[in-house]
Amino acid sequence: MTTKKSKTVKWGEEPKLGWMEAMYLPAIAGGLMTALKHVFSVKATTRQYPEVEPEIPPNYRGVHRLNRDEEGRVKCVACYMCQTACPANCIEIIAAPAPKDDPHWKDRDKFPQTFTIDELRCIYCGMCEEACPVDAIELTSIYDLTGYTRKELVFDKEKLLSIYDETSKAGKDPIRTERGALGPASEIAPTASQGPPPPGRGSHG
Amino acid sequence: MIDYLKQIWPSLWPTLGAIGVILAVVPLLGLYITFIERKLAAYVQDRLGPNRVGPFGLFQAIADGIKLFLKEQTIPDHVYTFLYFIAPTFSLITAMFALVVMPFGPVPTEYIEGFRYIVAPGIDIGIMLMIAISSLSAYGIILGGWASNNKYSLYGAIRSCAQFISYEIPLGLSIIGIIAATGSLNIEQIVSAQGGAVWNWNVFWQPLALLVFFTSALAETNRLPFDLPECEQELVGGFHTEYGGIKFVIFFLAEYTHVVTVSFLTALLFFGGWHFPGLTGPVDVSLGGMLLRTFVLISKVSLVVVFIMLLRWSLPRFRFDQLMGLAWKGLIPLGLANLLCVAVVLTMDLPKHVLAFTALFVIVGSMISARQLQLTINQPRSAGRPATNVNLTESAI
Repeated sequence: MTTKKSKTVKWGEEPKLGWMEAMYLPAIAGGLMTALKHVFSVKATTRQYPEVEPEIPPNYRGVHRLNRDEEGRVKCVACYMCQTACPANCIEIIAAPAPKDDPHWKDRDKFPQTFTIDELRCIYCGMCEEACPVDAIELTSIYDLTGYTRKELVFDKEKLLSIYDETSKAGKDPIRTERGALGPASEIAPTASQGPPPPGRGSHG
Repeated sequence: MIDYLKQIWPSLWPTLGAIGVILAVVPLLGLYITFIERKLAAYVQDRLGPNRVGPFGLFQAIADGIKLFLKEQTIPDHVYTFLYFIAPTFSLITAMFALVVMPFGPVPTEYIEGFRYIVAPGIDIGIMLMIAISSLSAYGIILGGWASNNKYSLYGAIRSCAQFISYEIPLGLSIIGIIAATGSLNIEQIVSAQGGAVWNWNVFWQPLALLVFFTSALAETNRLPFDLPECEQELVGGFHTEYGGIKFVIFFLAEYTHVVTVSFLTALLFFGGWHFPGLTGPVDVSLGGMLLRTFVLISKVSLVVVFIMLLRWSLPRFRFDQLMGLAWKGLIPLGLANLLCVAVVLTMDLPKHVLAFTALFVIVGSMISARQLQLTINQPRSAGRPATNVNLTESAI
């Protein structure tokens, strides 16, 4: 009796066992030779980590940073979009009205009084970054985040801004910044003379 | 009492010294063999291995030891406590007890005063004692598996039991040839019979015995091609699943002691012990000569240890029926054939190097086994399932 073959199931043929393989000892000798060959070839693929750091791709989603605008202010407009989008509830913002008397802040309505991210709770999904209309929050390629206490890894606004300073000084801006496709609200209000909105994310803003 | 001690002191201190050497060296050796094994495994797999602690990672072994010793002693609720504690101890005691009759340096056949490289020299049943004691080590594993009160551990113990019983037979058969030719069970005499030319080493006229001996001895150590009692993938560690910390260390110390014992036996019985071209004469008493011979023996032993490790990283594990088949259908007939040939050569007073042709048995035997293996494995897939299975399904319908 032959079994009915299904058309969707493909039977792979096992390789036939040759005489030399079936005789155990030559195969064992062959295996030993392979092992020895690897012992005496000195090309280990191990990366000596703390000394040699891996090249992290620029679109890696690591520790957050809070971007600054041209005047060095925090770019965030405290719209709570990231806090709402965050699936892990790790962002906490308290907004405050921008000091209107200060000429430095006169073009802004709100600014974040506090901006804390619990880096341990974060799942690094990048949704805050996608939600942000002004590209104020970004995920950098910093991957070696360590601390001695849990409290230490709850980052406040100053810490997040200092990460911006560090990474932009080291030329390690995330690729999303380098692309230059910032959200519409981060730009000066468009006038009629200006051309079409910049490509990328701005187009659906 | 004091007088009695004074009287036996000349023969007591060498024994105590040798015991001290073994007790001091074996745990350290166990730690460092794990280190060497990790390093070698890394090199085989194109990695670097432990290289952080100390130069070349040499202190890694000590760090591991400290860590394992300081671990919390957890005792699972469901174990038989007394047996649970006795099992690793028993395992180590038997493994180290086998070292009593093992020379770890040049030992003359006649009694000498002063330090001897053996705990108990001149034991006339040396090799017998060694095999008897080392097969006791199955008890440690069986006790461990039973005391763990856990199905998989028990499976491991049962497998180990079957494996030990099966491989004891070819182990004994392979040594009988050498014993018959030497006319002594004393290990020192077996080694000194291999003195003179290199061609007197047992490996050159009993290659078949070496193969049978080494394979079955490897099976006795529970090392990788034969590590069914503890295979991680099927039995989650087998007999030592419930063990941790120092008790686990003791189990592994016992295993590595077994590896060392097997390597020593291989070097002593087949590779001429402390003899080497240029060092063939009788054991001399000068310190330099003794140390050189010790070095030769230890080098041979290390080579065998490294070979065992390389085997671990080259060969896949046997299936249990293959394991039993290898012992009962492969090694025991080969051992018997070897024994028969030795008997014929010894009875008819033929030159003993005629026995080198027993190596042909290996080729014949492996060709037969290859035929069997090909018949079972190379069945065409297109014919569907094997006939018996088809009949079963038909009758089931």
